[in-house]
Amino acid sequence: MTENTEFIFAILFQLTQLLLVVLAAPLLSGWVNQCQAWLQNRSGAGVLQPYRVLHKLFHKDAVIAYNASPLFRATPYIVFGCMWLAAAIIPIIAVDLPFSRAADVIALVGVFAVARVFISLAAMDIGTAFGSLGARREMLVSFLAEPALLMVLFTASMISHSTQLPTIVDTLAHHQFVIYPSLAFAALAFVIVLLAENARIPVDNPSTHLELTMIHEAMILEYSARHLALIEWASSLKLFAYISLGIALFTPHGIAEVGNWAGLPLAIGLLLLKLMLAGAGLALLETVSAKMRIFRAPEFLGTAFLLAVLGLLIHFLLGV
Amino acid sequence: MLGVVGLWVKDAARFIFPLSAAASLVLAVSSVLALSTAPETLVLPLGLPDLPFHLRLDPLSAFFLILLGAASAGISLFGTGYFRHLEDKTLRLLCLEYHLFLAGMALVMLADDAYLFMVAWEVMALSSYFLVTTDHAIPDIRKAGFLYLLIAHVGAIAILLSFGVMQGGHGIGAYTFDAMRNAELSSFWASAAFLLALFGFGAKAGVLPMHVWLPEAHPAAPSPVSALMSGVMLKTAIYGILRVTFDLLGTQLWWWGVLALGLGLATAIFGVMFAAVQADMKRLLAYSSIENIGLLLTGIGLTLIFHVYGKDTLAALALIATLYHSLNHAMFKSLLFVGTGSILHATGERNMGRLGGLMRKMPWAAWLVLVGVLAISGLPPLNGFVSEWLLLQAFLLSPGLPNDYINMLVPVAAAVVALAAALAAYVMVKFYGVIFLGQPREASLERAHDAGIWERIGMGWLALACVGLGLAPVFVVHQLDRVAQMLLGVQLGNAANNWVFLTPVDIERASYSPLFFLLAVLGVMLLTSLLVRRLYHGRVRRSAPWDCGFPAQTARMQDTAEGFGQPIRRIFEPFFKIEREVPSPFDMHPHYQGRSEDRLWYILYQPLQHLTEKLSAMAGLLQHGRIHLYLTYTFVTLVVLLLFV
Repeated sequence: MTENTEFIFAILFQLTQLLLVVLAAPLLSGWVNQCQAWLQNRSGAGVLQPYRVLHKLFHKDAVIAYNASPLFRATPYIVFGCMWLAAAIIPIIAVDLPFSRAADVIALVGVFAVARVFISLAAMDIGTAFGSLGARREMLVSFLAEPALLMVLFTASMISHSTQLPTIVDTLAHHQFVIYPSLAFAALAFVIVLLAENARIPVDNPSTHLELTMIHEAMILEYSARHLALIEWASSLKLFAYISLGIALFTPHGIAEVGNWAGLPLAIGLLLLKLMLAGAGLALLETVSAKMRIFRAPEFLGTAFLLAVLGLLIHFLLGV
Repeated sequence: MLGVVGLWVKDAARFIFPLSAAASLVLAVSSVLALSTAPETLVLPLGLPDLPFHLRLDPLSAFFLILLGAASAGISLFGTGYFRHLEDKTLRLLCLEYHLFLAGMALVMLADDAYLFMVAWEVMALSSYFLVTTDHAIPDIRKAGFLYLLIAHVGAIAILLSFGVMQGGHGIGAYTFDAMRNAELSSFWASAAFLLALFGFGAKAGVLPMHVWLPEAHPAAPSPVSALMSGVMLKTAIYGILRVTFDLLGTQLWWWGVLALGLGLATAIFGVMFAAVQADMKRLLAYSSIENIGLLLTGIGLTLIFHVYGKDTLAALALIATLYHSLNHAMFKSLLFVGTGSILHATGERNMGRLGGLMRKMPWAAWLVLVGVLAISGLPPLNGFVSEWLLLQAFLLSPGLPNDYINMLVPVAAAVVALAAALAAYVMVKFYGVIFLGQPREASLERAHDAGIWERIGMGWLALACVGLGLAPVFVVHQLDRVAQMLLGVQLGNAANNWVFLTPVDIERASYSPLFFLLAVLGVMLLTSLLVRRLYHGRVRRSAPWDCGFPAQTARMQDTAEGFGQPIRRIFEPFFKIEREVPSPFDMHPHYQGRSEDRLWYILYQPLQHLTEKLSAMAGLLQHGRIHLYLTYTFVTLVVLLLFV
């Protein structure tokens, strides 16, 4: 295969993944909700429920406060775009994604930060009590979660001598089932960060209806119809991105390599299995734990930060 | 070249600021050209008998002149509009001081001997003191100005001593920088010179124990002056540290790097923590400047460590990250400071608790300041992210240093940098959200007007610089390579052959392309909004805010500046000295007051102040105002001297 055709295939790969993640992300959220329902002895609304909700929301008329600024109206699109991009640059099926060259892991954290800053600003835009409360809490959670996530990613990039996601995943996938001690710590930290950043129990409750305990939901109270739909979609994309990042870092085995077309079906099958397992695990975690008070959250996230730094130190000490 | 900047003093102050902006621009452009040429030197027949003024334009000074020119162009344009309402006498005085300040800074960067350097340094310090105390009728401002003057001079003494150590007692001719470059210093004296320089320049930059003047002086000065001080003057200190450490001192020791790294990290965390709890918008920005200076010092420390251990490519990377961040900080911090100037003009209010909802009243200022806010928060694809990215890359590449303890220190340092960067985003969301978003907290804000045309142009220039520096990192890094070549003798090099992707070491290792990034985000956003509109509809209905159906919503229910900072105050409680006045539950007109102060002031400065007062009281005992007593003193001194000699 010549360079050119390879590049075209890589672009095709990238576009396929772009399309795939955006369509599949609500399915993952639906699966997590369904698992939770089963664990709580409910029958649940089915894994397709998020699609129905999105469809319903897109059909409605958007209601916006009188004093909303253009920033408020642009934010759903910015957040959605960022999350879509984030989910699209994480190698999940195959490692050759051309766009990964433009944004490495640090930029990935940056993309998450862009979305977070914009949604917090939009929450403060209307000037309601709950909105600014939510923005403050979101920033509180994230200023501890973001460095922890960076440290987790640093550990992985130290091992693979690169901050490029494809290179990291490629390196990690080729050490067959060796558990890096540093990555074990990092994995623990990553789970905590995942819970916090995706507004899951024990830090936040995605299905809460009690305003005073809300974080993420408090920020989006003023959104309705298509804006709300985009934000909900972006949330499921974010969950998808985080879970696939976890899979890419900690269990990348079986991912298809550059130009390996025969390995693709197997890679897709394995990925589906991993996603289902991770979703079920998340549901289990959420079911067995209770929500914390907001000021316990910094301690919880501080633990994640320390664990991640510990992982990095262990990498330095042991050299693996 | 610089003489142009300082010359116009007389009338027609109205035209002087735009002219000076143009001159700054010329300065910046000619400095860009000077980056690629060989160092030029010039000896002026002025100064001391044996020590004429030496000037030298090499890549390091050229880079800082670019910074000065580019930032002050925007600030002067803004100043044209901002100072228009001053009365003539004040305006003329201010105009003189302003341009003396600019000329002083330019001379500091061009000076090639210790004497001219100190003269320029003093011109800069004194003119900025007078600028800070422009509104000298207010006692608090006089106090802030005095504190600034005092610390500036303690610093200046240390710098002078450092030059003294470096010239090594070889007479007055040895005060040229060339002589210092060639002087052979033992490691003890080199360390002494480094420590003195670090202290002296650190006092100017606001490094940790000497930071107290910054949050006092910045809010006191008029906004364009705060912008110049924070954006450019603090960088002269960074320039000084770089000049002394890498150019004048021939040898470096590893522990200097560790010291600078530790000091930088402490300063960064301290600054951002205090920024989070401020309610005065200019104080908040001043503390944020302390944070950024901390990050710069961290970068210098890292450069030193790599350089000493012979990892020259990495040292070049860390140095370039530091320089890039200086440039970025000059742009976005100036933008934010002049932005607060517009707000002050429009509302007369510095307290964020009395602002709010200004985005609807002053859209120009709001959108331009938003660029600065996003840039300083380190968000891609703007400029703050690039320098943060480069610095983190330098940290990530660090393993393999021969000293195990430093190897372990580096990841912890990276963690602290990440924490400071994340907290900076918190601070900036607070800054922007409380001032520009939400509902106006006071009725008087309804009369606020948008920034004037000159103010818009000035802010627009700075915002454009933020975007441009963010989108063209390859070009900038390529230019900065020349400074690295001069100071460290190496350059990254391979950045040049690929203009889209920024790849500091090699493409398998790390790459970043803000242009692709921006295009992808914009593309995805446009696609989404088109699809949503095409497939469904774009109908919008306006109504009152919902707020969970809560009917009695007022502007007072929004988060205040104090409220937004409360989590930080609570988490980092031991670092603050917190005083609270809480009203009793039966109070009909409850009054709540809370203050978070700097513990260091009480631990370090108050004892010093008491000590000084005691010493001066003791010296006062000698003074009685009677002539015969003084004659006796003279006689006793004479006798004692005769006995000894």
